[in-house]
Formats: sequence, structure tokens, C-alpha cells
Amino acid sequence: MPDSWAGLVQVAILLGALALVYRPFGDYLARVYTSEQHWKAERALYRLFRVNPSSEQRWSTYAVSVLAFSFVSIVVLYLLQRLQPVLPWNFGRGAIEPGMAFNTAISFVTNTNWQSYAGEVAMGHFVQLAGLTVQNFLSAAVGIAVAVVLVRGFVRRSTDRLGNFWVDLTRGTIRVLLPISVVVAVVLVALGVVQSLRSGVTVSNPDGSQSTIALAPAASQEAIKELGTNGGGIFNANSSHPFENPSSWTNLLEIFLLLVIPVSMTRAFGTMVGSRRQGYTLLSVMGVLWGVMLAVAWWAETHPNGPAALLAGASLEGKEQRFGIGQSVLFATSTTGTSTGAVNSMHDSFSGLGGGVPLLNMLLGEVTPGGVGAGLYGILVLAVIAMFLAGLMVGRTPEYLGKKLGRREVTCAAVAMLAMPTVVLLGTGAALLMPGELDTALNNTGPHGLSEVLYAYASAGNNNGSAFAGLTVTSDWFQSSLGIAMLIGRFIPIIAVLCLAGSLAAQRKVPETPGTLPTTSPLFGSLLAGTVVLVAALTFIPALALGPIAEALA
Amino acid sequence: MTITTQDHPARAKPEHAGRVSAGVFSPRQLLASFPDALRKLGPRHQRRNPVLFVVWVGSVLVTVFAVAEPSLFTILIAAWLWFTVLFANLAEAVAEGRGKAQAESLRRTKKGTVARRLLDDGGEEEMPGARLRVGDRVVVEAGQTIPGDGDVIEGIATVDESAITGESAPVVRESGGDRSAVTGGTTVLSDRIVVRITSKPGESFVDRMIALVEGASRQKTPNEIALTILLSTLTIVFLLAVVALQPMAGYSGSTQSVVVLTALLVCLIPTTIGALLSAIGIAGMDRLVQRNVLATSGRAVEAAGDVSTLLLDKTGTITFGNRRATELIPSWSSTPDRLAEAARLASLADGTPEGRSIIELIERDHPELTGEQGGEFVPFTAQTRMSGLDVGGRQVRKGATDAVRAWVARHGGTLPAEITHVSREIGEQGGTPLVVAELRDGTPVAHGVIRLSDVVKPGMRERFRRLREMGIRTVMITGDNPLTAKAIAADAGVDHYLAEAKPEDKLALIRREQEGGRLVAMTGDGTNDAPALAASDVGVAMNTGTSAAKEAGNMVDLDSDPTKLIEIVEIGKQLLITRGALTTFSIANDLAKYFAILPAMFLAIHPQLGALNIMRLATPESAILSAVIFNALVIVALIPLALRGVRYTPAGAATLLRRNLLIYGLGGIVTPFAGIWLIDQLVRLVPGIG
Repeated sequence: MPDSWAGLVQVAILLGALALVYRPFGDYLARVYTSEQHWKAERALYRLFRVNPSSEQRWSTYAVSVLAFSFVSIVVLYLLQRLQPVLPWNFGRGAIEPGMAFNTAISFVTNTNWQSYAGEVAMGHFVQLAGLTVQNFLSAAVGIAVAVVLVRGFVRRSTDRLGNFWVDLTRGTIRVLLPISVVVAVVLVALGVVQSLRSGVTVSNPDGSQSTIALAPAASQEAIKELGTNGGGIFNANSSHPFENPSSWTNLLEIFLLLVIPVSMTRAFGTMVGSRRQGYTLLSVMGVLWGVMLAVAWWAETHPNGPAALLAGASLEGKEQRFGIGQSVLFATSTTGTSTGAVNSMHDSFSGLGGGVPLLNMLLGEVTPGGVGAGLYGILVLAVIAMFLAGLMVGRTPEYLGKKLGRREVTCAAVAMLAMPTVVLLGTGAALLMPGELDTALNNTGPHGLSEVLYAYASAGNNNGSAFAGLTVTSDWFQSSLGIAMLIGRFIPIIAVLCLAGSLAAQRKVPETPGTLPTTSPLFGSLLAGTVVLVAALTFIPALALGPIAEALA
Repeated sequence: MTITTQDHPARAKPEHAGRVSAGVFSPRQLLASFPDALRKLGPRHQRRNPVLFVVWVGSVLVTVFAVAEPSLFTILIAAWLWFTVLFANLAEAVAEGRGKAQAESLRRTKKGTVARRLLDDGGEEEMPGARLRVGDRVVVEAGQTIPGDGDVIEGIATVDESAITGESAPVVRESGGDRSAVTGGTTVLSDRIVVRITSKPGESFVDRMIALVEGASRQKTPNEIALTILLSTLTIVFLLAVVALQPMAGYSGSTQSVVVLTALLVCLIPTTIGALLSAIGIAGMDRLVQRNVLATSGRAVEAAGDVSTLLLDKTGTITFGNRRATELIPSWSSTPDRLAEAARLASLADGTPEGRSIIELIERDHPELTGEQGGEFVPFTAQTRMSGLDVGGRQVRKGATDAVRAWVARHGGTLPAEITHVSREIGEQGGTPLVVAELRDGTPVAHGVIRLSDVVKPGMRERFRRLREMGIRTVMITGDNPLTAKAIAADAGVDHYLAEAKPEDKLALIRREQEGGRLVAMTGDGTNDAPALAASDVGVAMNTGTSAAKEAGNMVDLDSDPTKLIEIVEIGKQLLITRGALTTFSIANDLAKYFAILPAMFLAIHPQLGALNIMRLATPESAILSAVIFNALVIVALIPLALRGVRYTPAGAATLLRRNLLIYGLGGIVTPFAGIWLIDQLVRLVPGIG
């Protein structure tokens, strides 16, 4: 089967599978976060941590809980890495140096999973399992919880109570992430993904020399890596490594996993706000943008303009032969659209335009369809901005889903929207002002080198975690600046979103009248998509012009 | 108010002598406001507007460079950046200038009034009006100016209020009741009244009005604040984009000059809406003033745009308020002609509005009936409840059904059953039946029934339909019984009605609506309306009303026209739409500016970026300069729109959005491409630039 056909068939199967689970899974998600019932295991946990599951929190308390929990998580993860020599299954791998441990701790707690280390060389299985994999679950559950709180803000009326963070966190982990991950891990093992606690196998090469092939508990981490849109590979080569992603089938399953929660969250949203069409509208905006990005990347990669690619007949540098162009761009578009950041091909080796797509996908603010939870609250923040302008244009105080968008709502949305461009632009600018750093870190010059730096900060600021590669980020400057970018890119929007939820929940509901702008129409969909694109375009066009655009036009 | 015929309602607005005409904008106003605009160039004024403050700082920065290293390009950029600030000031100054003229004429009414204060011992003392305290009683006689706001507590007088309302016809003010409020600065034309002062010095109605039209007390409205936050956010985003661009440019080997970066920044930040924002707000208030409505705050005007329930008094608002003949229904034994002839006779000498309306109806339908008729007029009395004419052996009567029945019976006849039936039907439909009967040669004949209805003003049904499309529900408030109310409500096409309404019912209705999240607007004039006016989100008090009502509402309608609520709602909406539309336009403009400036900046190092120069601008300098000039000129070009407000036609939200997105979104993308290209055609002719 020709490569492009194989890719198209994968796209078709993927969309079919997503459509199949969309309703039941989305409704299940909604039930998880609205149910009054507690599971036995959950009750046990609440007793253990002395949480009263029936007491609900204000937005500020909720925010403090999120921050405190994340802070403790970072400290624990940092200590685990630093204490690796005394921990089991370290295979003699030493303590992670402070800068890298700092960066990695933030990276996994912020759901970024940016990796400045090589998994099979630096991390032992204990740190992987007890530290990184645990955070894969928890950071994902935090993201979903924040999104659910924002939805509650739209749903609830005249209240300051928005739910209990500990309950939301526990439910997300126990009812959603854990069961699916267990099942998927078994399936992945069946499909050939490695699951081993040995450090590796030593093999004799044909020339008589010996080499070690690293092994790891890959399947168990692979499942949550994709499901929680984390993206931190247990092996350095991530999902292009045959032990993580051996075949087209595992490739398809992994793409499905990284899309399934962000996509189904729109259904959960529609169900919770009592109008499923609201969710469909958001999904169609996400879907159209994802589709356009995929099409552009596909076209760019099948129409290479570099001499090497032309000579070879196809742009396959940095791509796995078993995936080809179609499955590579499908993975690249989905992983950058969902803040996952796992890769099955090297984005750095894409053509100028093709490499610009994953970059732009992140710069859109991770809403195509975005990370678990983060995608939903990201697009809702943009919807608030879009509805504010649209509301003015129909001559009423702007409102969305029956809640007025006044000073406080716009401020929260603006802060949530502002965090990412700030760290991406200032980070990139600052890094470029350090010729010493660049000389050692950057392997390329010209527009492509600029793209590499911009990509790194876009990936960190958007909590994506994918690497363009070509940039060595182990210096203190990069470890700390990217770490801070991840922190700001994650928690400033979270605080702003929780504040927005608090201010929405305190309001009464404005009844719907013929004067209310319908938010389920194609008109609103186009407006929202336009806002997403325009905000990103106006912010990043100058940067993109000097990077991918200059490269693509060359 | 006399209504001549139903087809020509008295809807023509009174002429307002000496007032600035509404909505017209002339270039002369621009010139006249120039000195004011120059005065606002200082940093203190600019700090209030974050977007323009950035432009101001940029202008200063570029000017420093222009002085340090003068070049034609730098000087021109500096000049045009200053023009940008100046044009923004100009917009505000023009908007304020229109208010100033009105304030001046108002201020004249305040000068040198002398008050005759009544002392407790019954004597009088003369003192300046400005020193009056709340509770003072003053005497005002014919020819004197009322020294302060107050209520008439003694006497009745005709008052010339033209200084405030622009309405030249005098009005009657009397103690007690709902017509007792007088305004300082108005003149008593006849008689003598005693007024109790109700406002503190400096806080009178005229003072508030002056502050309002001058824009002195203007505070930013909630939506304006929210929009300012959004604009500031955009400004920060672009500031970051431009600041980060320099290291990227440096890395790429083409460090940019501060002048070029500043030009880029000013072009990107939303200067258009930033410059016009305060002018839009002032002009919105001004449009209200032009329609003779005074709002106590901009917040109220904005709330008007959000109103979703409109409470309208039936009488005078929805209906003409007096009963008019609308139909003649002959009995089976009579004919239309005979009924008309008899009804005409019975009403010829009847001077009441009902009587006149009968004559008008007959003149319209039966023009052949003419001529005066002598005879003896029998006036209506509370005992007979009939009126009519005795002429040449005929006694023609019209009156209430049972009165006429008794009269007919007294003369040995009976009222036909169908007349009783028709009468009851008319009553059920909210009308009043008048039975016409005649005693001819001693024999009583019942001719038929005249239907008197409370006539719904023409065009109301259409207006309510439009309001419904805008998402506004109308509730008719009436003292009528439910049956009558229902009939009129159906006739007028209102959504709901409140029959046999007492003031507390109104208040309860408002509370109920507000609990459902709706904003309520109402009009009122009486003291018993005051609680409801205060509770409603938009309360429009009639100027003829009591001072309690005027205090309670957040708007006063000087024309005392209750239908004006509908216009107020439209003005509120127009205000918001203008802001939203110009913001969209402003942001959409950025695309073209990127296409102009980015290739110009980086052509040297990345010649391939020349592909983005789709406007084919002559040189990098001409491209940047053209974008800056366009950015400044578009402000001036949009001043008339900001003052007039964008066109508003009532329609559903989606229709409005689609239209405005098309005009201001798409238009905002396309216009600057054309504008910058056009300006470049001229700029390229400048030596050293092109």
C-alpha cells in the first residue's frame, strides 16, 4: 500500500475510533465529576489524607490546593532524582545533576514532560516508576480538574463553591486514568511494546563486539504518557523507538490515546452545561484547526524543497521507515496539538513549512484539541475573549453560556491568555541575546536555528514538551529558563482560570432571549477559530517570519 | 393633546430652539477643537489611556532620535507619531466640544437669580439663589426665575421651561399631585407659587446637566473598563512581540533601529479604538441629550442596551389614552346611514374628546353628511348618563347601554336584544359601547351602537415586534380590569400585561424579573412610581413628574415621552456596538500592517520575505512611513463614525454579528491594504523616501 494511502487509512480509523467513544466516554467523564457517590478506594484515600470529600472549596482555596500539591510534587520529584544512587533499580545511574533535576521535576509536574535527559541513560526504573510515571497520572488529573472547575463556574449560580480539589484529583486518577492505562498497557505489551524491569540485554554483534540494548517498563509508562498528554518517553527516542512504538498499530493506538481525553472533554463540557451542542461547537473548532494543520504538514512533507530530500525522492530524514510521511505528520500534528510532546519522528528534520506546523500548533495555545483539561480551559478562555468582542458587536453586555463577561472575567481571561506569549517571546529573545549560550547549544544557524530556539520556548511555555532537537539544552541557562517558562506557562493560566470560574459561579444566570448570541452556530465557530488563529498570528508573526516563514520561502 | 385623526399621530418631535442639532458632524468642528487637542498633548492627560500612553512614549522616543541623528525618515516618522496622538486628542475634543456649547447656554440660566425666601414669621428676605438650602421656601411670581429645584407647595402657575427642555409651550405646575416639581432656571409666566427647595447648592438639576453634557463627571462604564483591559492586554502582547523581535533580528544579522521598532509597535497596538474610545462614550451620552434625555451615569446608558424587559404604562405610551370612536354598529332594524346620521346629530354639540372622535369617524366614512344643525343640546350629566340633541320633534340620544335602555323603556319601547349583545361584546373586548337611540314622534328607535376604544398608537405592534427580535419582552402596565387589559395587550402585540396594577405590583414584577437575571427598564412620573423607578435597572422619569420620581430614576426625559424608552435602548446598544465594531476594525488592521512593515524590515537579510510585500510598496522607508500615516489618518477618518455611532437596526444577535463582522472585520482586513498602498503612491514621490 502506498505510504500516503496507509496514512489516510490511519486517519480514517483514528477518527472513526474517536467518534465511537466520544459519546459514552465524554458522558462518563461528566458523570465522574458530577457524581455524589464515592468509591470505596476513594473513601479509604480520603480517610488516609484526612480529606472531607463533601466539603467544597472556593476558587482561591482550590487554587492554593493545586499550587501546594504541585509544589510538593516538584520537591518530591526533585529529591527522588537527586537521591537516585540510594534508590533501588538505579543500575548504577548516579544522581541527576541539580539543574537537570530542577528542570525535570517542573517538567513532569506541569504536564510538559520536556526532557533534557536521555531516559535509558540517566533515570533508573525506580525514579521512572515512582517519580515520573506517578506525575504522569497526577499532572494529568490536575489539568482535568481545573477544566472541570471552569465548567462548574458556567454551570453553577450564585455560589462561591466550586468543588473539592482532592476529590477531583482522586476521581480523575482512579476512575479515568488508572483503569484505562492498565488495560492499554496490557494491549501494548501484546502489540510488542517492552515491559521489563531489567536494565537491558547484552547482545553480541556480528563483528564480535558486545553492546547493551536498554530495557525498561515501557508499556506501563507509554499508556499514561499518551493518555495524560504527557509525552515524556522512557527511552530517549520516545515514540520513534521500536520498544515504545513498534508498529503502525501501536502508533495508531498511541495517537488515539493522546487525543481521546481532550476530544471527549468537549462532550463532557456539553453534557455538564446542559447543551451538548456547545461541546460539539468547541470540538468542531478544534477539529477543523487540527485538520488544517495536518493537511499543511502533510502537503509540506510530500512536497520537499531541500536538495537532499529531492535527491532521495521523499522527505524521510528523521522519520521512521515503518511509519512513513503520513503516520509521522499525523503523530506530529496530534502530539503538538494536544500538548503531549511525544514524537515518532524528528520535527527538526521536517521541511521549513512542515516544521512550522508543529510550532504553530503549539503557539495557537494548545487548543487543537489541547492537553487533558488544558485544551478545554484554553479554548474556553479564548471563547470568553471572542464572546466579549462579539457581545459588544451585538449591542449587549457580553455574555457566554448565560454568564456576563465583565471586568473581572476579561481580566482573568486576559491573564490566562497573556502568560504563554510572555514566556515564549521573552524566553526566545533572552536566549538569543546570549551568544555564548547559543554557540554551544545551537547546531544550526540562520532561520532554522531561530526556529529551534523558538520551538524550545514554545514547547516549554505551552507545556507541550516536544523537542525540535538541534538544540542542546543542558546548560544552566536553558535548564532554569525553560523550567521557569514551564512553571509560568502552566500555573499562571491555572490560577487565572480558577479565578474566572469563581467569578462566573458567583453570577446568576442570564436567561436566553432572541437577543442572546447563539454559541452553537457555525458563525460562532468561525469567530472562535478566527480568534484562535488571529491571536496567535498577531503575536507570533514577526518571530515566525524570521524562522519558519523565511525558511519556507527560501 | 388633541388627536386630529388616527392616521396622523402627534409623533412629530417638538423643535428645540437653540440646541445643537443631533448627530451632524462638520469639518469645522475638527478645526475648532484643534486648540483643545493640542492642550491634551501633555503626559498627564495621556496616562489615562494606556494605548495612547504607549504611543506618546514612542513619539517622545522617536523625537529624541530625530533630534540626535536627524534624517528625513526619522523626522517624518516622529511627526506622524505626534499626529497620531494629536488625532486621538482631537476625537475626544470634538466630542467634548459639542457638549460645551450646551453647557454654556445652561449656565446662563444660573446667573444672578435672586430668591425671595419666606421667613418663619411670614416675612420675606432677598438672597442669591446660590445660597439657598434644602427645605427653604421661596416665593416666585410671574416674570421671575425659579431660583432652585423644588416642589410647589402652594399655588398654581404656568412655567416656561424652554431653557431646560427646549420646548417653548409653557407647562402648568401646581402644588400637590404629580405636577409639582419645578426646576431652577425656569421662568414663571403667570400667577404666584411657593416652592420648597429640594436640592443642595451645586447639585441642582441644571448643575448635573452641565456636568453631564460637558463630560466632566464622566466615569468609565463597566463595559468600557473591561474593553480597556482587553486593549491593554493586546498592547502588552504587541509590546512583547516587538521587544522580542529585536534579539531575533540581531540573531538574524539585521538589528533594527528604535525608530522602526517604535513605528511597528504603534501600528500594531489598537490605536484606532484607543483613540476613539472616550469620544464614543461622550458621543453616546450626547446622543441621549440630543433626544432630550438626561442620564445620571453612563452605566445607565449601557444598562439600557442590556434591558430584556420593558415595563410600559398603557395610557399615553401604548394607547392614546382617550377613548375614540372606532366603529358604528347598526341594529337590525336600522341602517348604517341612519345610525351615522343620528350619531352625528347626537354628537354635533358635544365638545368632549369622545364626541369629537365620533364626528371625525363619521366625517371620514360618511362625507355626504354635512351641515350644522340648530336645536337644543342636552349635555351629559351623572344622573342621565346620556347626551344628545333635541331638534324639530326629534330627540336624539347617545349614552351608556343601561341608561339608554331605561330611556327607551320610559317611552314605551324595548332595546333590541342584539344591541345588548353587541354592547356586552364591546365591553369584553376592552371597548366602551355607546348606544344611539332616538325618540321620533313619540316612538323610540334604537339605531345601534358606537364602539369607543382606547386606541393603540399606530406602529406600536411593529415596534414591539422589533423589540422581540432584539430579545426584549414588553409588559404593559394598566389599571384596567384584566379583560380590558387582555384585549388591549393583544391589540398592541405586547408580550405580557399587568392588569389592575398597583405601585407595589409593579415593584414585585420588577423584582421577579430581576431574580430571573433580567434587566428591567420602565418609565414613571408619580411619587408612587419612585420605588419601582429606583428598583429598575433603567428608570426613566418624566420631566413633568414629581421630584421624588426624578430622584429615583437614573434618567430624566425632558419631553416626558414614555415611548422614548425604546430609543434609549437603541442608543445603549449602538454605543456598545460602536465600541465592539471599532475594536474589531482596529485589530483586523494589523494584518496589512505586518505585510507592509515586516518585509521592509528584513528584506536585506531575507530577500525571500519580499514575497510578503504584496502591496508592492516602493521602499522599506516608504512602506513603514505609509503604514504609520495610515494608522494616524484612519483615526480622523473614523471620528464621524465614532460620534454618530455605527448604524443600528433592530435584529437578532446573529444577524447583527454577521453584518458587523463583515463590515468591520473583513473591512478592517481589506481597508488598510488599499489605504497603505494608496498612501505609498504619494509617499514614494518624496525624495529620499521613495
